[in-house]
Amino acid sequence: MMTAIGEPNATAIAFFALFIVLSLGITVWASRRTRTTDQFYAAGRSVTAFQNGLALAGDYMSAASFLGIAGLVAVSGFDGLIYSIGFLVGWPIVMFLIAEPLRNLGRYTFADVVATRLRQTPIRIAASIGALAVIAFYLIAQMVGAGNLIRLLFGLPYELAVVIVGVVMLAYVLFGGMIATTWVQIVKAVLLLGGATMLAGLVLARFSFNPLALFEQASAMYGPGVLAPGRQVTDPIDAISLGLALMLGTAGLPHILMRFYTVPDAKTARTSVGYATAFIGFFYLLTFILGFGAMVIVGRDVITQVDAGGNMAAPLLAEVVGGTPFLGFIAAVAFATILAVVAGLTLSGAATLSHDLWVNVFRGAHASEREQLVVARVATVLLAIVSIVLGITFKGQNVAYMVGLAFAIAASANFPALVLSIFWKRLTTTGAQVSMITGTVSTLALIYFSPTIQLDILKNTEAWFPLRNPGIVTIPLSFAIAIGVSLLRPVPTEEKRFLELERQLHLGLD
Amino acid sequence: MLWPHMSHSTHPVQSADSALKAVSAARWRVAVLLTTAMMVVYFGFILLVAFNKPLLGTLFVGGLSIGMLLGVLVIVAAWALTWIYVRWANTHYDASLRDLRS
Repeated sequence: MMTAIGEPNATAIAFFALFIVLSLGITVWASRRTRTTDQFYAAGRSVTAFQNGLALAGDYMSAASFLGIAGLVAVSGFDGLIYSIGFLVGWPIVMFLIAEPLRNLGRYTFADVVATRLRQTPIRIAASIGALAVIAFYLIAQMVGAGNLIRLLFGLPYELAVVIVGVVMLAYVLFGGMIATTWVQIVKAVLLLGGATMLAGLVLARFSFNPLALFEQASAMYGPGVLAPGRQVTDPIDAISLGLALMLGTAGLPHILMRFYTVPDAKTARTSVGYATAFIGFFYLLTFILGFGAMVIVGRDVITQVDAGGNMAAPLLAEVVGGTPFLGFIAAVAFATILAVVAGLTLSGAATLSHDLWVNVFRGAHASEREQLVVARVATVLLAIVSIVLGITFKGQNVAYMVGLAFAIAASANFPALVLSIFWKRLTTTGAQVSMITGTVSTLALIYFSPTIQLDILKNTEAWFPLRNPGIVTIPLSFAIAIGVSLLRPVPTEEKRFLELERQLHLGLD
Repeated sequence: MLWPHMSHSTHPVQSADSALKAVSAARWRVAVLLTTAMMVVYFGFILLVAFNKPLLGTLFVGGLSIGMLLGVLVIVAAWALTWIYVRWANTHYDASLRDLRS
């Protein structure tokens, strides 16, 4: 098959230029409304439930899920669906356990919630380590993905692509703060949901809008095995471990949690998770159609020829069913997707560095509004430079495991301390602190000794730790340490503080 | 400086306190129940994928294996549980919060 993928594509560049102009226009507009820390970190708490639902979906649906999962389904059939489902099931958990109490207890970061009932300094430091580790690995995966993707889609050099992503997202966050970032997420979510829906519609049109006819065709072409679980899940413990990390990690991602502060109150936060869950679930259902559509209409051989990992399945499908202009549109959507996710991550990293570490640890919570904004912007510039450098450093390396690693750290370091600080009165500062540090360190160590690093990357012959996903060990360990340490050395004053905050947990600061 | 009458508990404060306890307990019960339900559904699916591949590969109707059907149902279950929570919170939880405020 002849494909325009990898060639500079006029429609792709036109759509992408349009997106950049629109998003920078939003940034200029937002910059006039970004004068206070509440505006910079939390969009002035004026985002509506529907808007935040879209923005949450925008922050969460990365290019990895659009291109990666569609590719995985196209290449391995049913097995790819396991990921689609795993990425959705964390959202109900966010709803049941986290969203509303988080909104009521915190201001800008999830560390606020833990720190507000415990001792500031040790909690903020421990929480920042976990948050920054999650953000760093997530950022590396996104930047390397951006470089590869843009090289594949537009034929631009890798380094140039990484620099463009770094500079444009810097403009969003630096000048427009959370207001610009939120609107970029909303635009991106609408484009991504719209583009994926159109693509799925064009696929289904060829099967008289009957998905079963599409699946039947896939089964006829590649054997009934494509509709059944295959080689991906060989070790049940590893599968459960991955599932735990995806589910609970969603509820511990700093850039997702930060979004709940952009709405006026807890009830709005609740409604926004409802919208987000609906959008994200719909999107992952579409990946079923896109994946099998690419498998049948484009063909597995062509997909793996263009990119061995299958990442170009969705763009190739767009080209076949909608021609070069539609390919250009989908390519621009994928680029916009990466930009938006990177901007969200950078903003949450800047909040951790400036609000948690600078203001609350180094300055003992005594910093003027002006100083806080300056520090937040300096942190944003630093993070943009770091992410460009990391993106270029990791060029050509296998970073696919890093998203899983980010989820595993979020589930092991952030989630246990956060959920216990919301629901368990006996949690102590030392318990939470040791739990967060253990969660980060044990996840990093076990990933290092796992087959992913030892066999796939270092090419050693054996791995000391048998699982690719450490969550099943590190998440219970982190909970056990938080609970054990807190019970061994109870702190009655901290328990009393929890009871004082219980009203605020439900009602907010009314 | 704290005003003395603010830190001492009197009878109305205690009843407000027990109302708060009741709201917390109800919120916790619902959260645990729905979280457990989501985990049972999702990990039930993963365990079937791991341990009963032949069953999931069986066709339910032409073009749709039991595995794919269950996969879609996990997504539907996530929607349904979220919807149940929102319904509960919009009616019962919000009503108790209104009582707490007044």
